[in-house]
Amino acid sequence: MSTTGESPVPSLTVERSSMRHLADAQVGVELDTGDMILNLGPQHPATHGTLRIVVRLDGERVVSADPVIGYMHRGYEKLTEFRTYPQVTTLINRIDWLSSFANEVPFMTAAEQLMAIEAPPRAVYIRTVLTELSRIATFLLFLGEMGLQVGALTPAFYGFRDREYVLNLIEAATGGRFHPNFNRIGGLKDDLPWGWIAECRSTMKVVLDACDDFEDLVLGNEIFEARTQGIGIIPASVGAGYGVSGSNLRASGVDWDLRRDRPYLAYPEVDFQVWTHPDGDSYSRYWVRLQETREAARIVLQCLDQIPSGPIMAKVPRIIKVPEGEVWVETENPLGQMGYYVISKGATGPFRVKIRSASFSNVSTLPWLLRGVYVPDVITILASLYFILGDIDR
Amino acid sequence: MADEPGPEVTEAPPAPDPDHETMLAALRAGLGDDAVLEHADAFGDLVVRVAPAAWRGAATVTQRDLSCDYLSFIAGIDWEPAAREGDEAGGDTSAPVQPTERSYGAAGSAGRFQVFAHVESTSRPRGLTLKTDVDEDAPSVASWVSVYPGADWHERECWEMFGIAFDGHPSLRHLYLPSEFEGHPLRKDFPLLARVVKPWPGLVDVEAMPGDDAPAEPAATAEEPS
Amino acid sequence: MTLALSIGWGSTLAIKTIVVLTVIPLGALILGYVFLLKMMSHMQSRLGPMDPGGFHGWYQLVGDGLKFLQKEDVMPAQADRRVFAVAPAVVVMSTFLVFLVIPMGPDLVVKDLDVGVFYALAVSSLSVVGVLMAGWASANKFALLGALRAAAQLIAYELPLLLAVVGVVIQAGTMSLQGIVLSQQHGKIFGWGGLGEPFLLTQFVGLALFLVASQAELTQTPFDMPVAESELVAGYMVEYTGFRFLFFFIGEFGTAFAFAAIAATLFLGGWAIPGVHGDWANILGPPVLFAKLMIIAFFMFWVRFTYPRLREDQLQAVAWKFLIPLGLANILLTGLFKVAF
Repeated sequence: MSTTGESPVPSLTVERSSMRHLADAQVGVELDTGDMILNLGPQHPATHGTLRIVVRLDGERVVSADPVIGYMHRGYEKLTEFRTYPQVTTLINRIDWLSSFANEVPFMTAAEQLMAIEAPPRAVYIRTVLTELSRIATFLLFLGEMGLQVGALTPAFYGFRDREYVLNLIEAATGGRFHPNFNRIGGLKDDLPWGWIAECRSTMKVVLDACDDFEDLVLGNEIFEARTQGIGIIPASVGAGYGVSGSNLRASGVDWDLRRDRPYLAYPEVDFQVWTHPDGDSYSRYWVRLQETREAARIVLQCLDQIPSGPIMAKVPRIIKVPEGEVWVETENPLGQMGYYVISKGATGPFRVKIRSASFSNVSTLPWLLRGVYVPDVITILASLYFILGDIDR
Repeated sequence: MADEPGPEVTEAPPAPDPDHETMLAALRAGLGDDAVLEHADAFGDLVVRVAPAAWRGAATVTQRDLSCDYLSFIAGIDWEPAAREGDEAGGDTSAPVQPTERSYGAAGSAGRFQVFAHVESTSRPRGLTLKTDVDEDAPSVASWVSVYPGADWHERECWEMFGIAFDGHPSLRHLYLPSEFEGHPLRKDFPLLARVVKPWPGLVDVEAMPGDDAPAEPAATAEEPS
Repeated sequence: MTLALSIGWGSTLAIKTIVVLTVIPLGALILGYVFLLKMMSHMQSRLGPMDPGGFHGWYQLVGDGLKFLQKEDVMPAQADRRVFAVAPAVVVMSTFLVFLVIPMGPDLVVKDLDVGVFYALAVSSLSVVGVLMAGWASANKFALLGALRAAAQLIAYELPLLLAVVGVVIQAGTMSLQGIVLSQQHGKIFGWGGLGEPFLLTQFVGLALFLVASQAELTQTPFDMPVAESELVAGYMVEYTGFRFLFFFIGEFGTAFAFAAIAATLFLGGWAIPGVHGDWANILGPPVLFAKLMIIAFFMFWVRFTYPRLREDQLQAVAWKFLIPLGLANILLTGLFKVAF
């Protein structure tokens, strides 16, 4: 609990946030009431996994919060050193298990860059489509889940229902709902099944409709606004310093999207907008993710129109040995920036893989972010940051 | 399968990048020529090795002068070759066989341990990897927490995984592992316990490949230590 | 029941006791089944239970209740055992007591008190004592937080609830629930007396206030912070299992049933339907009241399944800054009209 008191908080000039984050513990001092230490987690419905937050409370106000992680640490960075490159894919599928396909892409790209292989265009397009589908699946869950954490049951079911259509698509293409393991170094395991593209088009309409539903049902609700607006503000400078990325950073007004700024896959060839929101609060994080879900559906539709025919695998040796070298590949994953620093020594497996996962950095802001808020706001802030435990603990 | 190159989908092949020169110049100006030891281009990403004494200064320069306000990660490397006896040709695929002589990656290294970090700019497409050497006997390096608040957890992770201390860090506690854990798991001499306790099952269940004539003998290699 | 008989106060009392003792769990079951299991499911694009009992899973809740009875009675080691055990009973008791004054027909009322409305609202807030007892005795921080929230919230919402009712009382000129039903029967809408005059027409502000405040009294979304399953896991109920939890469940839905019945009585004319008097009213009264309370309950649960949850301070703000002034204004207007006409 000691770090939270001492951990460095940059001096800020953001008025709204500084007003909110100065915990006013005066009442407690006068009445000489002790602080209460509350263990949120590791088994708590709002932490969707095994995150534990030790919260020191004065009444319902959080005096300090100290996240304790590692209940799900699986040591993937160590395990990768004992695997060959194709075997590593199975592991990294399980980092962010809601968007497994998107996890595979940067690692595969890293290996391909080291081997100087390029995936054929059709494979690149299919990768783009599947990445965006997993983004939609992840965000649809968020859009419903956030409602649940704020207390509305119904959106959660809508989120799960509509995500199911997208998961069906992913399953039809890859064979796995959650862990596709579909990428190969130099391409993909298989081509798309017959009729998949038409099915995908109609599903995108469902997704766009679902977004409208969420906009009406959740985003337009006064109570939702009251619970999220002005809550959990991350100023852009603080967010960047903590390494907050993805939608969370864009909700703080930072116009930074790796899909546009460091183009990879087929993103240069599709037309999409990067949404930002100036406020940086829980509400704007929801808003940005809602817009990005729509944008992802549009990207998928464009890719389906442009998808070329051709092979889906490049010419790759039977035993994959990756030449010596090191490479850093980062992509814009649903939860934020995901990167792999792969160091190879010319063997069949990597010498060292540093996995940079988005949720780890996003959650590391919590001691700063939770100070001075009320207990119910802890839940909305956690929900709006949207982390996956596997992505924190790796 | 046709092997024709697709459109430019991955990053551009390494070419002398003018921005790299700018970044190097700024680092040299801010830290002194002696502090910037080596640099390399790793697939378009600038890797700079700075002297250990200039480690925190490097963070300040990248954040202040290079507008790299975004901390991607801080991590450690152990360049010690993995101590492993195994015969890949003999069917032991429990782990890939790495070279046994020590070699260093991009921008070199002075010794076994290194700390490296990646920072980026949110306002322009720019980012670089910084590396510094860490003394093997007294592994310690300056902390970045005062520059990038997000360094807190990354340095705690690096400390528990590699045993590299960070001077100036507010509280180096265990992050992932239980507080009574001993050892530094990501060091190369730390064995993967799962493989020590139980041999790699791949050794046992070798089936005949379609092209092979002779069926493999499963029992012969079963007791081999991994 | 046996107690009632042996004392010898007469078979009427025995019948009344049996009726009240059956109506509450039955009402809780019906509300739970119709709204919690079926309506919510259909709102959320799922079916809910379909198999138990053969027809749309009607038996599900009964089965759940039987299962709760069979469960082990778990009590936390640090709990204040006696208080912990009594708390659910206190909550359920308050629900039973409310029903004593609700008329179901011209003669079908357990006790037609002169201060019926006042009594019902006073007794219903006894449940907060049970909730506080449960939260304190559980020796659980989540439970304690939930109980404190419940206390703060129930106190804040007693006032709007009372103010909402005062308008009706002024208009009817009596606090007896039977009297209020009768006065609605004999009213006229613009000189036409065919339907009577349900106070819904004149006291719609009061009805809205009553529904909002009762939502808070029942700790239902958007005011379910004492339970708040995503924050406090289950609030004051978190340590309860088995039949003690069943008591809380019956208390929750039974109180919803009671409040819907009170609202139906106050604003929709209670058991009365136009043109039915005498014995027929006694026979038709209970089903009519039931139909009306189901309409009220539908709105209550509709809100419950749709809205997110407010924060505790926002809830207090709604009560003190909005509902109470509105209630006072409503009383003032009602008084003015009463004097003027």
